Amino acid sequence: MIRVVLPHQLCRLAGVDGEVRLALEGSVTLGGALDALEARYPVLRGTVRDHATLKRRPFVRFFACKEDLSFVPPDTLLPGAVASGEEPFLIVGAIAGG
Amino acid sequence: MSRIRVLVGTRKGAFLLTSDGKRRSWSIIGPLFAGWEIYHMKGSPLDPDRIYASQTSSWFGQVIQRSDDGGRTWGTPGSEPGQLTGADGFPRGESNKFVYAGEVGTHKWYDGTQRPWEFKRVWHLEPSLTDPDTVYAGTEDAAIFKTSNGGKTWKELSALRSAKGHLWQPGAGGMATHTIIVDPRNADRMFVAISAAGVFRTDDGGRTWMPTNRGLLSKYELPDPSAEVGHCVHRIAMHPSRPDVLFMQKHWDVMRTDNAGESWIEVSGNLPSDFGFPIEVHAHEPETIFVVPIKSDSEHYPVDGRLRVYRSRSGGHEWEALTKGLPQRDCYVNVLREAMSVDSLDPCGIYFGTTGGQVYVSADGGDSWDPIACHLPAVLSVEAQVLP
Repeated sequence: MIRVVLPHQLCRLAGVDGEVRLALEGSVTLGGALDALEARYPVLRGTVRDHATLKRRPFVRFFACKEDLSFVPPDTLLPGAVASGEEPFLIVGAIAGG
Repeated sequence: MSRIRVLVGTRKGAFLLTSDGKRRSWSIIGPLFAGWEIYHMKGSPLDPDRIYASQTSSWFGQVIQRSDDGGRTWGTPGSEPGQLTGADGFPRGESNKFVYAGEVGTHKWYDGTQRPWEFKRVWHLEPSLTDPDTVYAGTEDAAIFKTSNGGKTWKELSALRSAKGHLWQPGAGGMATHTIIVDPRNADRMFVAISAAGVFRTDDGGRTWMPTNRGLLSKYELPDPSAEVGHCVHRIAMHPSRPDVLFMQKHWDVMRTDNAGESWIEVSGNLPSDFGFPIEVHAHEPETIFVVPIKSDSEHYPVDGRLRVYRSRSGGHEWEALTKGLPQRDCYVNVLREAMSVDSLDPCGIYFGTTGGQVYVSADGGDSWDPIACHLPAVLSVEAQVLP
C-alpha cells in the first residue's frame, strides 16, 4: 500500500480528500505508481502526465522523503519508505505566480 | 414565461446566472470548478440542460466536464466505472485526451522560426445543431477536434492544419482556434477563426479546409498585408437566417463578408477604435451588430476610460455608442472575445463580461445596461441560454 498526496485541485477533480492509498506491494516504480493512480482515478489521466507522451507536465513536481523526484526516469524505484507506506509520495503543483 | 441561464467562465471557476424572461432579477450559482480557468461553456441547442465546459489549468492541463441536468451536477464523460474500459479493466479516461493526428508538424513562433504543435487547452466548445452527443472543440495550439459520443473521446479533424498551418503564428493570447460556427443550412459547412491564422471554411464536414481571408489587411502584423493566412482574427459571428453573411472583429478592423468568406470588406466606419475582441449579431435583426471598441493592441481597455458598446443597425459603417448604465469614467477593463452573447427573447438580450469581473445585461437590444454581477474573477466567456 502506498500513500499519494495530491494537490488541492486534483483532489477536487478526483473527488477525494487528502491522501490516496493505492494497493501496490513490493518494489514500486515512479511510473508504476502513476499508472496505478490513473487507473484508480481515470479523470486524472492527462493532468499529471501528458496523455500522449506520458511525460510529467511542466508545472507538476514529484517529492518523496525530502527528495525531488521530478526528473528521475519512470522506471526508478520509489524509496522504500514510500513503498512501505511509511512516507507519502507527493504530487505538487509547482510554485509559480506568487 | 421563458427563463434565461447565462453560463459565465472565469479565470477562477464557472458561474451560472439565472433569471426569468424580464432579466431584471438574477441569482448566481458558483464558483463551480473553483480555482480552475473555465475558458468556455456552451449548451446543446437541442437540449439546453446538456452543457459542456472546458476546465483548464497551466498546471494540470485540460478537463472536459459535462452536465446533463442544467449545471446541477457535472462529470467527466466516460470516466464512470464500466464506461469505455481499457485492457486493465479500468475506464480509459479519454475525455481529456486531445492528441494531434498523424505527424504533428510545425507552425511559426513569435520570432518567425518553426515550432512543433503542442496541445495546451480547449478555448471553444461548439455543440452540434443536430446531435447532442456531437461537439466540436477549438484548441490551442490551433486545431479542431470532434466528439461523437458526448465528450468521451475526441478526434482531430487534422485537415485544418494542412491549410498552410506552417504559416500560422501565435498572437499575444496564444495560437488558438477560438470560434467555430456551423452553417444551420448545411452541417457539412463550418467556419473556424484562429489567432493568428485567419478564417477557414470546410464544405465537407472537415475533410478539407480552405483559407477564406481575401480582403483582410494586416499591415502591422504581416510582411505581406494581404497574405492568404496569418491574420489575427479575434472573432466572427453569423445570424442563422443568413449563413453566407459573417461579421468579424479583427485585431484591427471590423469586417463583413456577404459570400461565405470569399471576400471581406471593412465596415469599421465611425468607430472610435476598430480594435477589439467580441462581435455579436442581434437575434432578430440580422443587420444589427455589436462590438466593444478597445483603445489599441497594447492598451487593452476602452477608449477614454468609457465602457461603450457600439451598435450598427446597418451591418457596419455607421455606429452608435450605447452607454446608458455602463461606466463612463475611469473604466479600464477589457472584454474578451468569448465574453459576449445574445439571447433569442424579444426584445433581444445582450450580455457581456469584463476582465474586471462585471457581467452586464441589456434587456432592450442594447439601449440600456444593468450589471448582473460586479465582482467575479476575470470573465473569459459568456453564453446565454433561453430555457423553456
